[in-house]
Amino acid sequence: MVTEKDVQHIAELADVGIRTEELGTFTHQFNAILEYFDILDRVEGSGQGERDLYNVLREDVVEPSLPQDEVLRNAPHTEDGFIKAPRVM
Amino acid sequence: MAGTIVFEPDDRYNAFLSTATAGPQGSGTLSGVMVAVKDNISTRGIETTCASKILKGYVPPYDAHVVGLLKAAGATIAGKTNLDEFGMGTTTENSAFGPTLNPRDTSRVPGGSSGGSAAAVAAGMVKVALGTDTGGSIRCPAAFCGIVGLKPSYGRVSRYGLIAYSNSLEQIGPLGRTVSDVSTLMGVIAGYDRHDSTSQNKPYNHTPKADIKGLKIGIPAEYFGKGVDPDVAAVVKKAIGRLEELGATTVPCSIPSMEYALAAYYVTCTSEASSNLARFDGVRYGPAPDWKKSWHDAFQDVRGSAFGAEVRRRIMLGTFALSSGYYGKYYAKAQVARRNVREDFNRIFRDVDVIAGPTMPTIAFKLKEKSDPLSMYLADILTVPANLAGIPSISVPCGTSQGMPVGLQIMGRMFEDERVVDVAYAYEQAVN
Repeated sequence: MVTEKDVQHIAELADVGIRTEELGTFTHQFNAILEYFDILDRVEGSGQGERDLYNVLREDVVEPSLPQDEVLRNAPHTEDGFIKAPRVM
Repeated sequence: MAGTIVFEPDDRYNAFLSTATAGPQGSGTLSGVMVAVKDNISTRGIETTCASKILKGYVPPYDAHVVGLLKAAGATIAGKTNLDEFGMGTTTENSAFGPTLNPRDTSRVPGGSSGGSAAAVAAGMVKVALGTDTGGSIRCPAAFCGIVGLKPSYGRVSRYGLIAYSNSLEQIGPLGRTVSDVSTLMGVIAGYDRHDSTSQNKPYNHTPKADIKGLKIGIPAEYFGKGVDPDVAAVVKKAIGRLEELGATTVPCSIPSMEYALAAYYVTCTSEASSNLARFDGVRYGPAPDWKKSWHDAFQDVRGSAFGAEVRRRIMLGTFALSSGYYGKYYAKAQVARRNVREDFNRIFRDVDVIAGPTMPTIAFKLKEKSDPLSMYLADILTVPANLAGIPSISVPCGTSQGMPVGLQIMGRMFEDERVVDVAYAYEQAVN
């Protein structure tokens, strides 16, 4: 069982912004879904799920890229060719 | 260029989020063909929203690999089709821009998440469309709208330019009214792309053949059991009977891992979504955050108001499944379950050539019928196994139940997309 406090905590970790009036519904739905997920407890074994995987890498060389103005066109705030972000400190 | 095509569709089903009124007509395999493209596939110069308010106004500066291939083949992009926000849903009701209606019965959903693409094809607005299939999102709307839809083998079609929701599961694929049309579009979009690290060098150069004499078809008990509407099951069994009349033989089989396949699917896709959707914060694209607030508060404001409820639910579920203390119980177990699903298919495919069953357990739902998330998730039970295993799967119309279309699903061995296309083609030719 997860509580409304747990859901609030997860929402903050994920930065999805949850409103107080939504907490009850989300918590109720969460518990129904997690209860269904409990069926995974019956899966036996552990270890690597995936096999035969390898990395696909290329040489670290500069390749043609998009013009700066096209890349910045969708950003709501730019300055001197940079994207502006909210303050971190 | 061979001129211009004018496109003025009567979009009474809300299949399109944006349409081109005219477009250049090139030369090639698809010259003169209008192709609708699901709105989670990037189109240079054409707004691409994923049916989300968080990407309203976003105009990609580049084409997805498949869009470049369409243009090179002479196709004209008809417009961008509606979907469940970021592909998260089975009904196309989770769109920030309103639901798409099923052209066969407007009181019902078209299925999802590629509901706009399926409705556009079913209503005759376009001949073919591109969709994406993470857990059934091409095959479900194809079945519900009475058209053909193919989920290719994982790696056969480049995902470069597809706005990612669950990378390890999703594939771009074709929808059309006939198997031939779907096969032609698959031929255009398949092949190696160095921009997708999971891309395989397996081009598709195939003309469908209707001969299935001697084909062995596995019939999994789980596809006709609990939760599957008996009338839908009967329609599909009759269709499989037609395949037997054409010279195929059927073999009963079982996929024991189906018991937990759906849970494994939802743990995996929500986990991947929680990571993929972290990039939507209003900084590089989307609604601007409040610069005066700290980044944490600013991002919560943007994401809380611009993501729909289902998207936030899946991001939170994934965040939870990956969190310290729960990772072993959910994500790690889901990956073992996924391996078991793949091994079940490998075992069955040692004895049979393809596996057949219904695409969806029911006919198309009424609008708002699946308001509870878990009940909507459960509807994906017959389509998610192919995504977990990465194998090709096609849905072809095979009759009706209560007047609504039913889809016959054919799954094949990894990279044997040609074979599932042939079986669907043999059925289609026999009944038409």
